[in-house]
Amino acid sequence: MATFNLKINGEQQMVDVDPSTPMLWVLRDHLKLVGTKYGCGIAQCGSCTIHLGGVAVRACMLTVSSVGNQEIRTIEGLSENGDHPVQKAWLEIDVPQCGYCQAGQIMSAAALLENNPNPSDNEIEMAMNGNICRCGTYTRIKKAIKTAAGSAS
Amino acid sequence: MTRLKTHIGRRAFIKNTSLAGGGLVLGFSIFNSCKQGDLEKLAVREMPKEWFEINTYLKIGDNGVITIYTPNPEFGQNIRTSMPMLIAEELDVDWKDVIVEQAPYHPEKYGFQFTGGSQGIRRRWEPLRMAGASARQMLRQAAAQSWQVPIAEITSIAGMLKHEASGQSAGYGEMALVASTLPVPEEVKLKEVKDFKIIGQSRKNVDAKSIVTGKPMFGSDYQKEGMLIAMIEHPPAFGMTLDSVDGSAAKAMPGILDVVTIKSFKDGFEKGGFDTNAFPELVAIVGNSTWEVMQAKKQLSVKWKPIKSYSESINGFRGKETKNIPAGFESTEKHKAKMEELAGKPGKIVRKDGKPEAAFKNAATILERSYSAPYLAHNSMEPLNAFAHVIGDKVKIAAPIQIPSLIVPTLASSLGIPAENIEMELPRMGGGFGRKAYGHYVVEAALISQKVNAPVKLVYSREDDMTNGIYRPTYHATYRAALDENNNLMALHVKAGGIPESPLFANRFPAGALDNYMAEQWSIDSNITIGAFRAPRSNFMAGAEQAFLDELAETMGKDPIEFRLDLLKRAKEDPVGEQNDYDAERYAGVLELLREKAAWGQEDRNIHRGVSAYFCHNSYAAHVLDLTIENGKPVVQNVCCAIDCGIVVNPDAAKNMAEGAITDGIGNAFFGELTFKEGVPQKNNFDQYQMIRMMDAPKEIDVHFVQNEIAPTGMGEPPFPPIFGALANALYQATGRRHYQQPFVSDRPPLVG
Repeated sequence: MATFNLKINGEQQMVDVDPSTPMLWVLRDHLKLVGTKYGCGIAQCGSCTIHLGGVAVRACMLTVSSVGNQEIRTIEGLSENGDHPVQKAWLEIDVPQCGYCQAGQIMSAAALLENNPNPSDNEIEMAMNGNICRCGTYTRIKKAIKTAAGSAS
Repeated sequence: MTRLKTHIGRRAFIKNTSLAGGGLVLGFSIFNSCKQGDLEKLAVREMPKEWFEINTYLKIGDNGVITIYTPNPEFGQNIRTSMPMLIAEELDVDWKDVIVEQAPYHPEKYGFQFTGGSQGIRRRWEPLRMAGASARQMLRQAAAQSWQVPIAEITSIAGMLKHEASGQSAGYGEMALVASTLPVPEEVKLKEVKDFKIIGQSRKNVDAKSIVTGKPMFGSDYQKEGMLIAMIEHPPAFGMTLDSVDGSAAKAMPGILDVVTIKSFKDGFEKGGFDTNAFPELVAIVGNSTWEVMQAKKQLSVKWKPIKSYSESINGFRGKETKNIPAGFESTEKHKAKMEELAGKPGKIVRKDGKPEAAFKNAATILERSYSAPYLAHNSMEPLNAFAHVIGDKVKIAAPIQIPSLIVPTLASSLGIPAENIEMELPRMGGGFGRKAYGHYVVEAALISQKVNAPVKLVYSREDDMTNGIYRPTYHATYRAALDENNNLMALHVKAGGIPESPLFANRFPAGALDNYMAEQWSIDSNITIGAFRAPRSNFMAGAEQAFLDELAETMGKDPIEFRLDLLKRAKEDPVGEQNDYDAERYAGVLELLREKAAWGQEDRNIHRGVSAYFCHNSYAAHVLDLTIENGKPVVQNVCCAIDCGIVVNPDAAKNMAEGAITDGIGNAFFGELTFKEGVPQKNNFDQYQMIRMMDAPKEIDVHFVQNEIAPTGMGEPPFPPIFGALANALYQATGRRHYQQPFVSDRPPLVG
């Protein structure tokens, strides 16, 4: 066990865990931030996508010891009132079915638009291909990303 | 105006005015949906000081805010929106004033809380509207009493009661106290379809805000003070069971509290239809946190042993059945050989019309094609999980489960407690697709809690989830058609089977449309467990049958839609046989709507189109799938879809479900496959099991509904089965080769032209 000081959603958090613990479980079990989901544990499904220093990463394979001083943002901290352009677009298009993968999808989409405010269809597909939606809401996800891009520009 | 006796409802409407105190019912659970979205919505209106329970489905606040308890568990159908819409419609309230809360498991109050088989809305259509209508009548009665006027003169609109002659009016909140003391009416009037104000108008998902902000709402999000985390270890292969375990190394790992063994069934327990379980004896490891338990699980030293063959009696929806479970380790290779063998032998004849044998004997041409599909794993994004806390002879459960009532007898038996001591919250499910109808994981969580005497959340890893069984079975079907010298269709013969069940529906189309028809089936016993999977059987048969009809139409020189419509015309005007499961007119109706909406026959030369239609779960669905070849790879550009599911309660949400079914079907047809070697599933995570991703999803989906006033039927399943056929038929147009074996990705022919 070791102590780690983490900056998560703008707040300083201290956890005492094994250094090999993935951020996914630090968030879910230790900090009770359960918006980040477990789907595969091997960075194949994207349900656990968070931002590390502004970049979309899979929290299930990001050990707590590798985070250092980099800032972490989770779905809970994407916006104060759920009004990030991507969240608003998701509501407008009414994207979710079961909803389990959607936090990860939104975090991937938000990171994409941060770096590329007007992505092409192909760029959206490339950026989102790491996120599985078993319910099959991909057409709506793509539409919502375009809506968010349109509203932000 | 429909007048209905409320006798179904009376039992359910247990009035309990003692619950009418302010907020007594509200906010006791983290899963109650009075979350950010609702609070924001209510910011313009204060939360009520007092609530009045009118019946078990709804309570009204003194300021007119309504709480609706939605009865069925949700796994993405959006029934937490559409079921309250049914109540709100008949109650005559403004949708903006409605808060939705999830009802707990409580069959006396909420009836059969079953989400699956496309039955949710269909079964709730009348009872939920009656709940709304009877409450409205009680409010009108209260106003009539207060104003001393006849009830017939009281009208309601958007949560307001009015008496036009005297000019009096009041909000529902003002009459709720009196209404809550009145008896439930003996009969109620339901609205006519033309008067609907909420049903048929798209309403946004009531949970969307919570979903996009990451609020705790799923079973796996459940937290409780002192809660431990548990994981299970099941045998590595089907056909194996627990021999012994040495948990000492695992127990010595940090954060680990215990290693126990559990047995899911008491000896002699009669299983129900959803007690399917290949691995009833398990090792469980219990600790403080998920990661610690995951690490310690690797240190378990378990000995497994082969099972012996056995038979068991299952008492399910179809009555008592005996199932034979053979010993041994099964492999896909052996399965394929066995299926080929049985496909070549006479099967059990389930239906025979006319003289099919003679027609085949005299045929000028016989078209014969065989189709097959592998086992499929559900792979819901949320792996199986359950929270349980056993205290003495009571248990508190919070678990994602599609049919809570059917696990109750098992829980009661296995825990040795009375059924009435089982309390269950119904959190949102992160996908289900049939898999979460089988609640073995709930029993496991409860048994572990009982053993370690603590609240426990059982968590399946993705690998545990994918290799636990209850798959969509592997199937095989052979279709034969007899044609005369003028290419007229004289007879059709289908022989279908699977492991361990046949996929055949002998009385579905094209039965009834042909003078000479024969349907045969066979099955092979197995120890690999199977279960519901978004219309199992249908989702294979639709693909096989619709691909065959496409090839048959081509052989006969007919347009594929015209060919189907000709058959349906015969089935409607002069049906063959007594028992045809479908309505030929509605079936033809979706094809006609589809033909118009897809502008059939007018497509661009570079677009390759496939058409398919199917009836299952009481609804009709048809698709035209447009494919192009980009860099040698098939790309689904558009799917045009027509559905007849009767009245559509929430159109945009229904479209979303159809879009999902189409995408899911394309994914499973292209990639879905689970294989076995010596009993061991050959895939256990998404690096091996290919799921459809955005890149392979259709670029556009265009959904249309047949407009009618028929009571709603299913939506979850019906658009799924026919897409397999539409894809196969479009691939043929694109590549010049037919696809007979799923997944198509491994049956991908060299491209032609």
